[in-house]
Amino acid sequence: MSAVGPGASAVGQSVERADGRLKLAGQAEFTGDIRLPGMLYGAVLHSPVAHARIVSVDTAEAERLGGVVAILTADDLSDLDPYYGHALRDRPIVAIGKVRFVGEPVAVVAAESQAAADTAATRINVEYDELPVAASLGEALAPDAPLIHEEPARPGSAHGLGKLPGRDGNVCYRYAFRRGDTERAFAEAAVVVEGEYTFPSVYQYSMETHTTIAHWHGGELTLWSSCQHPFLVRQEIAALFGLPLDSVRLIVPFLGGGFGGKSYTKMEPLTAAIARKAGRPVRILNGVHESMITTRRHNMTCRMRTGAAADGTLLGRTAEAWLDTGAYADNGPRVTATAGDAAPGPYRWRAVEVEAHCVYTNTGPAGSYRAFGATHLQWIGESQVDEVARRLSMDRLEIRRRNLLRPGEEVRPGGKPLDADLVGDVVKAAAGVGWSEGSGGEDSPPGSGGSRGVVPPGRYRRGRGVSVGLLAAGAHPVSMATVRMGPDGAVTVLVGTTEIGQGARTVMAQIAAGVLHAPLDRVVVRGTDTRYTPYDRSTGASRSTTVAGLAVQRAAQEVLDALIETASARLEAPPELLTPVPGAIEGPGDRGLTHAELVRARFGFDGGELIGHGRVQPEGGSGSYAEGPVFWEVCVAGAEVEVDTETGVITVLRTSTVADVGRAINPQLVTRQDEGATLQGIGNALFEEMRFAPDGMLLNDTLLGYRIPAFPDVPAAMTCSIVENGDGPGPFGAKGCGEGALAAIPAAIVNALADAGVPMNTLPLTPERVWRRIQEVGI
Amino acid sequence: MTERVSATVNGVSFAGDVAAEELLLDFLRDRLGLTGAKQSCEVQVCGVCTVLVDGDPVSSCCFLAVDIDGRQVETIEGLAGSDFHRRAVEAFMRHAAVQCGFCTAGMLLTAKALAARGIGADRTEIAAAMNGNLCRCTGYRSILDSLAEILSGSTDGA
Repeated sequence: MSAVGPGASAVGQSVERADGRLKLAGQAEFTGDIRLPGMLYGAVLHSPVAHARIVSVDTAEAERLGGVVAILTADDLSDLDPYYGHALRDRPIVAIGKVRFVGEPVAVVAAESQAAADTAATRINVEYDELPVAASLGEALAPDAPLIHEEPARPGSAHGLGKLPGRDGNVCYRYAFRRGDTERAFAEAAVVVEGEYTFPSVYQYSMETHTTIAHWHGGELTLWSSCQHPFLVRQEIAALFGLPLDSVRLIVPFLGGGFGGKSYTKMEPLTAAIARKAGRPVRILNGVHESMITTRRHNMTCRMRTGAAADGTLLGRTAEAWLDTGAYADNGPRVTATAGDAAPGPYRWRAVEVEAHCVYTNTGPAGSYRAFGATHLQWIGESQVDEVARRLSMDRLEIRRRNLLRPGEEVRPGGKPLDADLVGDVVKAAAGVGWSEGSGGEDSPPGSGGSRGVVPPGRYRRGRGVSVGLLAAGAHPVSMATVRMGPDGAVTVLVGTTEIGQGARTVMAQIAAGVLHAPLDRVVVRGTDTRYTPYDRSTGASRSTTVAGLAVQRAAQEVLDALIETASARLEAPPELLTPVPGAIEGPGDRGLTHAELVRARFGFDGGELIGHGRVQPEGGSGSYAEGPVFWEVCVAGAEVEVDTETGVITVLRTSTVADVGRAINPQLVTRQDEGATLQGIGNALFEEMRFAPDGMLLNDTLLGYRIPAFPDVPAAMTCSIVENGDGPGPFGAKGCGEGALAAIPAAIVNALADAGVPMNTLPLTPERVWRRIQEVGI
Repeated sequence: MTERVSATVNGVSFAGDVAAEELLLDFLRDRLGLTGAKQSCEVQVCGVCTVLVDGDPVSSCCFLAVDIDGRQVETIEGLAGSDFHRRAVEAFMRHAAVQCGFCTAGMLLTAKALAARGIGADRTEIAAAMNGNLCRCTGYRSILDSLAEILSGSTDGA
């Protein structure tokens, strides 16, 4: 036998990304790079009005143009039940009878060239009979608000929220819970902080826009799509077109980012429908302006109240939140429930009362975006904890130490108890921005720098903040994986996790290599093809490493068991005397067989393969959301900011995040997740905001008007501490990461700004808003 | 309306008719099959479609294909294999500065233009010069670390 590279050491090592060199050579294939023979190009006609009856759609002029092959309108859907939506089945493939937001697809053209399709879309004549518009939460919740959906709601196939309550006006979902007697808790409080807060609509902006190719052949449908959840898309498409699941095939090339914006079903129904009519493959590649009205983050208003005893013991919290899900529910109900769960924060309360509402408006649909719910609520709850501490002249780390949940304590009734050391995490986050316990200068006037030795009062003021929260992570714990080892000893991992940039293919390869003691360069993880890849629920909720990774670990273990069984027979040694070593199994007396030799030995032939299956499913119970989560993702960060009191401009000087991951399979990739989330957090906190006009028109639908963080926005110091307590349910004690920092950074920045003397209750913290607040508070 | 265009793309001559309104990005991707340059913002902000024309970085989404007449175009496919690319790959791999990879080609081509101009003395200068290349995944720091290394000519891992 010959020596082969490292095996078990693959786990816990910052090995090179499996897809890095391919991507650096420009050779990674994304959906938009694929050209099928005979492929047509699609263009969508979007509604120019936010709420209207469709009187007529006239395609005659467009059909006569050169290169136009087919035009899809609502009339082409009469043989289908053309509504989809995994939470609420409320969305038609194209508008039927009425439009509900500016940009809603009304018709789709397929043509020989993109230019021909784009031109034809402008020649479709639609007559609208306009209805009153409710483009904001206030308008949609008014007593006389126009109803955006008149028909009764139908539950979708994957909402995971139990029995959905009926619709009430424009409120499509409500999530509420109550523990203890809040009135009594507030009556006993020495300090009560309360306020109303506003969170903006934000665009995920994955650099690759939503892109889908649909191809019908022999009554079956193949879709190439930039989607995060291919198996859930398959399910919805099969239901829409009345096909068996296996007749719908989702192939997922590399994704140019996702961040939740490509979760669930997006452009696939419409692309499949136009391809069905055209009888040829059709590609739809969104422009950014189209992707911005395909999905976004929910804007929200929230009222919150926090009460505490004179000694800093937190007593009660109430929160009511209204999340604007736009014209269709998308993932709004789940986002709303997660926001509700995030409202109390990770504290021990005597009483809590939370109510969160998911509201339809005449704006583009809102869905998932990294750390949804937690990002919405954490900055609010944490700014109230800071304010309680300020009013009690108490150290802001001390109030958290006193009230934070400890490992094993209940987070929500019946759910998974806390599985992380939050106090330790917060102390680390504070230390990361140079703030150690006892030196916090909490008794110094805000913004003075005090004992922290920063700048004196004047034009530029500095402040520090920390924040801590929990995010229900893991989604529904159902994942399968297959690991195959061929007679050359090479390993193929089939797992339905989507590589969206997070490094899933690298991490899955490390897990398989770690179990098998296989050289990492002999392990390959391919993209998902639902026809051959085993089922995986979704790529989101930080679940891939934890849930899909566990399935891979179990599948690899089956292959290892087979290797050991064969080695035992060949080496005539009991399994307990055999040791997996890199690329081989060793027995007593320095005898051993390589993986390739073992596979061939097993089949007595230069062929065959070892196949292992791994399965993760709910252990007891139904695996429902209420029984979960799979794990609590920790959302902890610190920030130091400087505000220019004359202009309101904020500079983020330092950030620190804590990735409490149980076990880091690849520490470098963990750090990158936190760094990426930190910059998104800076964007969400400081300047990202989609602005809708009163008539429902999105005003900043390009990157000229919607800015995302760029190189100059990187803080001078950005640190990430990895905490490995082995307390995760995933492989080798791992639990997911990558979202927590996005929830925690805006909250840490808001708290740092308040520490500098400028408390804010509206995001983003634009210079104008901050400047106006500075005039109010008079610093 | 078309125009006759003669140009060099990645060292290979091109001569043919090009529609007057055709964008360089579409010309490269659809006509030449060079898909390393990507489409995203379409308004010359994000930089994922960056290619070099006579050594200058341009946003090929806002650049007419007819304007390459008589000029040299370099895309990631042409850059790959060069000494600069080899050094960049090693630095980006070491710092794990690639995630989804959609912005990566544009980053490398802009970086090559910076190298040719001697830009890159410090991180602030690099950050300012790279302002036209966006990345939503990495948080930029790893890319900055890689570029600082490549542009300073050192490989000792800044």
